[in-house]
Amino acid sequence: MANSTLTKKRSTAYGSTVALKTAMAITGAILVLYLIAHMYGNLKIFSGQEAFDGYAHSLRELGYPMLPENGFLWIFRLVLLASVLIHIYAAVTLWARARRARPAAQRYKVNKRVARSYSSYTMRYGGVLVALFVVFHILHLTTNDIAPGGRSDSPYERLVNGFQPEFWYVTLFYVLSVIAVGLHLRHGIWSALATLGVNMSRRQGMLNAIALGIALIVTVGFLLPPLAVTFGLVS
Amino acid sequence: MNITLRVWRQKGQDDEGRLATYKLTDVSPDMSFLEMLDVLNEKLTLEDEDPVAFDHDCREGICGACGVVIDGEAHGPERTTTCQLHMRSFKDGDTITVEPWRAQAFPVVKDLVVDRGSFDRIIQAGGFISAPTGTAPDAHANPIPKPDADRAFDAATCIGCGACVAACPNASSMLFTAAKVTHLGMLPQGQPERAARVVKMINQQDEEDFGGCSNIGECAAVCPKGIPLDTISQLNRDLLGSLGKGVG
Amino acid sequence: MSENDFFIEGDPIRDEKAPEGPINERWDKRRFSAKLVNPANRRKLSVIMVGTGLAGASAAATLGEAGYNVTSFCYQDSPRRAHSIAAQGGINAAKNYRNDGDSIHRLFYDTVKGGDFRSRESNVYRLAQTSVEIIDQCVAQGVPFAREYGGLLDNRSFGGVQVSRTFYARGQTGQQLLLGAYQALERQIAAGTVQMNTRHEMLEVVVVDGRARGVIVRDMVTGEIETHFADAVVLATGGYGNVFYLSTNAMGSNVTATWRAHRKGAHFANPCYTQIHPTCIPVSGDYQSKLTLMSESLRNDGRIWVPKEHGDTRDPRQIPEEERDYYLERIYPAFGNLVPRDIASRAAKNVCDEGRGVGPSGLGVYLDFSDAIGRMGQEAVEAKYGNLFDMYQRITGENPYEVPMRIYPAVHYTMGGLWVDYDLQSSIPGLFVTGEANFSDHGANRLGASALMQGLADGYFVLPNTINDYLASGPFDAIDESHPEAVAAKEQVTSRIDKLLSIQGSRTVDSFHKELGHIMWEYCGMERSEEGLSKAVELIRGLRAEFWRDVKVLGTNEEFNQALEKANRVADFLELGELMCIDALHRRESCGGHFRAESQTEDGEALRHDDEFAYVAAWEFGGEDSKPVLHKEALEYEYVEMKQRSYK
Repeated sequence: MANSTLTKKRSTAYGSTVALKTAMAITGAILVLYLIAHMYGNLKIFSGQEAFDGYAHSLRELGYPMLPENGFLWIFRLVLLASVLIHIYAAVTLWARARRARPAAQRYKVNKRVARSYSSYTMRYGGVLVALFVVFHILHLTTNDIAPGGRSDSPYERLVNGFQPEFWYVTLFYVLSVIAVGLHLRHGIWSALATLGVNMSRRQGMLNAIALGIALIVTVGFLLPPLAVTFGLVS
Repeated sequence: MNITLRVWRQKGQDDEGRLATYKLTDVSPDMSFLEMLDVLNEKLTLEDEDPVAFDHDCREGICGACGVVIDGEAHGPERTTTCQLHMRSFKDGDTITVEPWRAQAFPVVKDLVVDRGSFDRIIQAGGFISAPTGTAPDAHANPIPKPDADRAFDAATCIGCGACVAACPNASSMLFTAAKVTHLGMLPQGQPERAARVVKMINQQDEEDFGGCSNIGECAAVCPKGIPLDTISQLNRDLLGSLGKGVG
Repeated sequence: MSENDFFIEGDPIRDEKAPEGPINERWDKRRFSAKLVNPANRRKLSVIMVGTGLAGASAAATLGEAGYNVTSFCYQDSPRRAHSIAAQGGINAAKNYRNDGDSIHRLFYDTVKGGDFRSRESNVYRLAQTSVEIIDQCVAQGVPFAREYGGLLDNRSFGGVQVSRTFYARGQTGQQLLLGAYQALERQIAAGTVQMNTRHEMLEVVVVDGRARGVIVRDMVTGEIETHFADAVVLATGGYGNVFYLSTNAMGSNVTATWRAHRKGAHFANPCYTQIHPTCIPVSGDYQSKLTLMSESLRNDGRIWVPKEHGDTRDPRQIPEEERDYYLERIYPAFGNLVPRDIASRAAKNVCDEGRGVGPSGLGVYLDFSDAIGRMGQEAVEAKYGNLFDMYQRITGENPYEVPMRIYPAVHYTMGGLWVDYDLQSSIPGLFVTGEANFSDHGANRLGASALMQGLADGYFVLPNTINDYLASGPFDAIDESHPEAVAAKEQVTSRIDKLLSIQGSRTVDSFHKELGHIMWEYCGMERSEEGLSKAVELIRGLRAEFWRDVKVLGTNEEFNQALEKANRVADFLELGELMCIDALHRRESCGGHFRAESQTEDGEALRHDDEFAYVAAWEFGGEDSKPVLHKEALEYEYVEMKQRSYK
């Protein structure tokens, strides 16, 4: 076994696993910030229909008249879409690399988790679930192509119609998906911080606490409006 | 103690491999895990059966040669090397499954023996300070703050056993590479090559078919030398710095 | 020539390369007189390096940097795993950073005295001179030595010397130094100056027209027997402590490379000089495969004792103070628990032989920290020795903060090795030997923290400045595998392997190795006698014959076959063991770590015979089943006065 055969083929570090992880971390951070803003908007439902619809409408006029109507929204959507696509591309590429690094034939016969949290364990399949949910969610509450409780031009009504007690299965799917998002954030935020080089031994506990805190806030924040509808607190 | 062993047997790299079951009686709790395998091999030899191949050398936890996955954990249930694991960590009547490190970058040579040459090639790519013999200034020319020296030392204690790769769900060697990047990067002597070093080592690591890091922490949890997980963050910081400077 | 039952005495020899003149100028003189090789010619010259420990990796890297074509071999899966990595304590250097009166001359003096006046003054002086450069070199490579808060290097006093000259990296100095050398080596591999072959074991040396020109190696993965040629061959293959089966050496450490060279004409010097380290964890059962050393720094605060009563099996905590015998403090009041390694080891053996040993096997003495814990507090003890206590607890399952540790001596280092001249060249031209594999610098006993110093001195600074004198007359005639000497050497290797595989007897290789180890430990260990050694020679001969009749090695050569690897090594240990006993037998004196029962003072201390034995015993291979030939190299002391050591 001569080991003096240093690979001469030189890949560039711009395409390295670390660079891909960095892309995931940055795009993930954008998406987390968006989620926090989105959650803030959702909670307006407790201020009544007017406040909620007014808030939704104001988003369309953000930046107006500097930008055309809906202009900001579309820039925002493009940034989000690009983030999602880059995030997914990097995830899939890294997933493929991980599979190549330990092919199916080389799996362990006995597996044991030593340090892995449930959230890190579910990152990949949880991520797929979240992606599917996002598609459903847009069709449901944004474009309203899926409208179990009837279509409406009022975002408030779309929400209230969608989560009526008789559509408990919609609520249930939503709840499960939001929990999946929470789990994804729990590991994702920590991982992004570590990837961006923020982790140091003495900070490790704090970073994990931040990740857990944000994940909990986002999960609860997103669960409150639909559950309030289902249980008749908002109508 | 009586022990049932399920041991991975694989004739060579291209062989498919399988788990074989052996029973051992009169195992002493004071035996090291490898001494227990020695006893198994003496028994197999006298029964005209091929003894189990496993890597080992110093048997005092420092050379990094030994390492098997025991019941799904790299180096077994204690945070130490396989040679320093003793049978008192198991119970009479236990069934113990023993597998090799599994990773594309660590092809199996035979049974529990793998080829870790990929680690050497990562070091070749840049895991050194270029200081040809005879060129050194006086050892006291460069005082180093104690905290930096201590952190460099902590990272430098890596024994290159490969448990981090074995335990990583992505079979990533980030902790190994990060330990060296951190060791050399903490020292003033390591600065001139710092930006280029991390880039070269990461590129080599990727080309060896190690997976990417997803910050799960399994590596640091099984590391017998306690290499801290935050070395990976330090590597990331160094790499991003290099990319920012256009050293790609 | 004279002949007795065991050996033939041949002509005396001398080191032709050592320069004359004031001792502090000799190394400069030699570097100046040695022929140089033009940088442009170096790439036409090739060197084979066997072994990648401190002495091998440092030399391969340095020769590679100089521009020679180096081919390197190690039996491990990576050069980083060589057993130098396990050295704990530290490395000496005469830096005098502590302003405590240290100097090159003092390091030289301590080392000659510590070696019990059986080493060469010229060599030891060069070692002390070079020690200073080693530290500089290692720091430049990034070796993380311990530092003080001011950022400067920390030093400690080690092994009973009175100055603080030991540099260290916690308890892992060997690891950090080796990784420094390993990284330098990997850098040269990447640069293409060194071709590295891991999992390759050297099994024969090829000697053509009186010069070492190559090696036969076995690829341990495929079993292929390969022939490699070069203009010079360097063996940096470590020591042979594993002849005792149980030692602090790595499981793979072996004598094969140097023994094969010995059989091809290289003299083997002082084979009986072995060092027994006093603070190892005792044997727990007959399955035991190796002994673990704990740093002797433990003796700075721990007190060593055994019960006064024979066969006292009480829990040590139940034994009252007045029924304990702190025997080192009693016999050696001036040095107490800090007497040198050889004395502490022998005293432990004596009390165990009296039946006062402790632990299940009766082969152990207590190393008690209860006084230290009482005096300094548990925290302070933990800060100082925590990692050693953890290691002890992991291996024995006992908590040393509560129950006294048990320790026993174990074979640790071999001062003997292939005879070399001042240039580190053996008696075969073109065959150089560095590090523990040669015999050169430690005499009859090695001081703590000096093995790492010697390995790196040889590899970084000595060999790269002497091998050029030999290579300057190269490149030598090109040879290929069809050369009769190469064919014959390869044939020797393959026929031996075939023989080992064809015996298919009833005993495993390990069972022979263990039996050999028992014989060596019993008769050629800490205390030796005429009668015991003569008996050991007979026993070893019998065991060797049985080995070649009844060993059982399964499998084939053409595969990864660890039993075959072991069989090859044990076959050589079985020959070496006999020579060690013969060497011990002929040396009718006690010196260094070697205590001869017939040569002691009235109060039982070691008695040297400088008038008769102040020489290096260089043994020439006499041929298969023939007596070895002894060549004496007289030792002269111009700078250090020969004195009997006393620690009372």
